[in-house]
Amino acid sequence: MNKDISSELVDQVSAAKSTLQPLNIVGGGSKEFLGRVSEGQPLHMREHCGIVDYSPSELVMTARAGTPLVDLIDLLDQHHQMLAFEPPLYNGQATLGGTLATNSSGPSRPWRGAVRDSVLGIRLINGEGQHLRFGGVVMKNVAGYDLSRFQAGAMGSLGVITEVSFKVLPKPATEKTLTFELSQADAIQKLTQWQKQPKPISAAVWVDGVLSIRLSGAQRAVDGTSRQWGGELMDEKEATLFWESIREQTHRFFHDSRPLWRFSVKSSLAATGDDAMVDWGGAIRWVRREASLPNMVQQAIPMEGQVSLYRNGDREAEVFAPLPTPMKQLHQQIKRAMDPYGIFNPGRLYSWL
Amino acid sequence: MKDASDITLTKPQILVELGRVLPTNCIIEDEETLRPYECDGLSVYCEMPLVVVIPETVQQLQAVVRLCHQHAIPLVARGAGTGLCAGAMPHAQGVVVSLARFNRIIDIDEDARTARVQPGVRNLAISEAVGEFGLYYAPDPSSQIACTIGGNVAENSGGVHCLKYGLTVHNVLAFDMLTAEGDLVTIGHQGLDGAGFDLLALLIGSEGMLGIVTEITVKLLPRPEVAQVVMAAFDDVEKAANAVADIIGAGIIPGGLEMMDSHAIRAAEEYCHAGYPIDAEALLLCEIDGTLEEVQEHILRVENLFRQLGAIAVRTSNNEEERMLLWKGRKSAFPAVGRISPDYYCMDGTIPRSQLSNVLKRMNEMSEQYGLRVANVFHAGDGNLHPLILFDANVPGELEKTEEFGGKILELCVEVGGCITGEHGVGVEKLRQMHAQFNDEELSQFHRIKEAFDPKGILNPGKGIPVLKRCQEYRSIEAAK
Repeated sequence: MNKDISSELVDQVSAAKSTLQPLNIVGGGSKEFLGRVSEGQPLHMREHCGIVDYSPSELVMTARAGTPLVDLIDLLDQHHQMLAFEPPLYNGQATLGGTLATNSSGPSRPWRGAVRDSVLGIRLINGEGQHLRFGGVVMKNVAGYDLSRFQAGAMGSLGVITEVSFKVLPKPATEKTLTFELSQADAIQKLTQWQKQPKPISAAVWVDGVLSIRLSGAQRAVDGTSRQWGGELMDEKEATLFWESIREQTHRFFHDSRPLWRFSVKSSLAATGDDAMVDWGGAIRWVRREASLPNMVQQAIPMEGQVSLYRNGDREAEVFAPLPTPMKQLHQQIKRAMDPYGIFNPGRLYSWL
Repeated sequence: MKDASDITLTKPQILVELGRVLPTNCIIEDEETLRPYECDGLSVYCEMPLVVVIPETVQQLQAVVRLCHQHAIPLVARGAGTGLCAGAMPHAQGVVVSLARFNRIIDIDEDARTARVQPGVRNLAISEAVGEFGLYYAPDPSSQIACTIGGNVAENSGGVHCLKYGLTVHNVLAFDMLTAEGDLVTIGHQGLDGAGFDLLALLIGSEGMLGIVTEITVKLLPRPEVAQVVMAAFDDVEKAANAVADIIGAGIIPGGLEMMDSHAIRAAEEYCHAGYPIDAEALLLCEIDGTLEEVQEHILRVENLFRQLGAIAVRTSNNEEERMLLWKGRKSAFPAVGRISPDYYCMDGTIPRSQLSNVLKRMNEMSEQYGLRVANVFHAGDGNLHPLILFDANVPGELEKTEEFGGKILELCVEVGGCITGEHGVGVEKLRQMHAQFNDEELSQFHRIKEAFDPKGILNPGKGIPVLKRCQEYRSIEAAK
C-alpha cells in the first residue's frame, strides 16, 4: 500500500488546534500499553503509508510514518539489509512512526544503536498545523537543531511524525548464539569482561540462569570468537525463535500480569536479583513486582539508573521517572514551542505534559 | 527575540559585576590579551569581545551565566577555538567564556566503558587516557589533537570513522549543563536511554545556543584488534564513486572510506610522499577494522572489488607504519593544499553518494566560471564533501568571490538532496545558506526552540539560525539575480 494523506492530517491538526481538541495519535495500535493513558480524539496514521525512497547503496530508506515495519523489512530483505535497531514488530502491527515515537529498539541496541541513532530526518506536523521537514537523507547533517532524533521517546507529544528517513545496515554474513549456565552475578561479570573486547557481539541476555550471547558478522570472526569463548551453541532455528521472543516480549518471563519495571542502568551494575531479566548486555534490567513508582524510583537511585513502569500496573498514575524542577520546566517550555495548544497526546508521557 | 540593542551595562559596569564573582586572574579585558579570542578556526570572521573570562570552577561559571542572564549580556562559550564556522566568534557587546581550565578527566569506568570528562579536555586526550584499558573514544575530527570534547558536543563532530562508529551524538551518554538562567541540569544518565525528551539528541550540535556543558560522560569502545587500509587509484572520478557504492552494496562497512580528487592527490603527494599515483583522477582510501579474521576476509573482497572496477593501482598496508603513511597524505591534505595556494577556504556540504560525480562535474564548471581552483577531499563513506577553494586574499575582491562560490556549492548540495553542513556547523558562516535548506516555518520552529531554552537570547546570539527578515532579504537578492 502506498498512500499520502498528509494534507488530510494537516487539516485534522488545524481543526483540532482551532477547537483545542486533544488528539491521540494512533498508528497500528500496537504500543497502546506504553506510557500513560491518553484521552483524545484518535488521529489515525495507518493509511499514511508506503516507502518513499530506498537506495541500498546509500544505506538509506525513507517511508511514511504509517508504514508497518514488516513492509520495510520485506524490501530490505531483498537487498540483504536490515533495520539496525531490531525493533519489535508486534504481530506486524508496529509502524515506523510509532517505533520512532517510542524509541522502540530490540536486543541489538547497545551495539547497533536505537531508533534515534538510525534516524536521519523526518517530516512532522507541529501544533500550528505546519508540515515541516527536519534533517535529511544523508549521514551527516548539522544544520539547524536536530528535531528528528529528538522525537525518539517523546511519545508523539511534540507533533505528528509523517515521514522518517533512516540509515539501514547490511545484514551480517553469519550469526551464532552461545549459551552459558551461570548465576546472574557471574553472567554480568562475564559480560563486563567480554564487552571490553572488540568482538562481534550483537545481543546478550540473561534469563532463568542462562546467559545467551549472539555473535554477528563475518563468518571467520564469528567462528573465531565462538571457539574462544566456548559455551553451548544454540540450534539456529531455536536461536531465531529465542531472540524473537526477547524482541517481541513473548518470552515466558513476560507472561505475567504483575507490573513490569524497566531499569535503564550502566551495563556493569551488580546483579539485581535472580527473578530479574538482564537485557542489552546488562544495560536493561526487567523486574516484575507489585510496587509503586516512587518505591521503585528509590531503588533506582543507588543503581544510578532510571526506572519506568513498562507494562501493566496503574497507567493513570505517572509511569516514567520523575524529573527535577528545572528539567520539568524545560520540558514544558519545549512542549509549548512545538505544540502551543497542547493538542498532541496530552498526558501520555507525564500527567503534566 | 532580544538582541544586543537591549544591553544596558557598560564595559566598566560589566567588569565590576564580573569582579564580584571571579578572581582577577580569570578576567581578561585588555586589547592585546583579548586579541587571540577574536575568531575561531575561520579567521575571515573576527570580532573583539568586551571581556573574556576563564572560570576555574562550575560555581564560578554558573555565577557568570547568572550575571549575564540577569543583565542580558551576550555570552559565547569557547573551547579550543578550532571550529570552522565562526561559531565561537565573539559578540562585540558580550562576554566570551573560555572553558580551557575545565580540562580534567574526572573518572574512567573501565567496566562500564565510559569516561567522565570536563568540556575542555581535548578529544585525543580521552583516547590516550583510556588506551591502557584497550578502549578509545570513537569520533575523531581532523582537529582531534587540539579540539575539545565540549566543542565536539556543541558541533556534533564526526571524523573519518563516523559511517561505522557514528557522530558525537551516538557516543555521548550524559552531560551536565548550565541553562541560560544558570540552573545546573543533568541530561541523560549512565544507562542507554532515559525518561522524558531525548534532550541529548537536541542539544548535541546546538552550537552553544541552548546551554553550556560542564561535564560529559562519553561512551568508550574496545579498540579493534587490527586495522588495514587499501589504497585504490582510478583514472576516472565516476569509477571511484561507483567503487564506493559497490563496497557498501557488498555489505561491507569500512571503518573509514575517503576520496581525494586529482588536485588534492598531487598536493598531498608532494607534501608527504605517501606513494599516491599522481596521475590518478581519484584516490580511495578504504580502512577495514575489526577482528583479525574479519579484516582478512573483508580486505580480500575490497581489493578484488577495486580491481574489477578498473582501479589503475591497488595497494594494501601490511603494517602500522604503512597504514599511517597512507593516511598521512589524506590527513595532511589541508596543509598540503595550503602550500599550492596563498589561501584556501574549506567548505563542508553533504550529498547522497550517488550524486558525487554529478556534483564534482558541476563544481568544476563553477570553478571555471569563477576562475578559482577547487581541490576536493571527501568522506566518501558518509557523503561529506570538503571542497577547498584556492584563492588569494591579497587580490581585492577574491575573498568575496570565494565566499559566493562556496555558497553556491552548498546550495548545490541541498539541490541534490544533501545539506549545507555535515560537521562544521552553521555558526555565522552559513547563516545565508540556511534558507536554502529550511523554509520560514521551519526556521520559526527553530527560533521557538531557542526561546524555550533561552528566552532572553543571551547564549551565542546571532549564530546558527538566521533571523527571518534576513532570509527574506537573501531570497529577494537571489531572485533579482
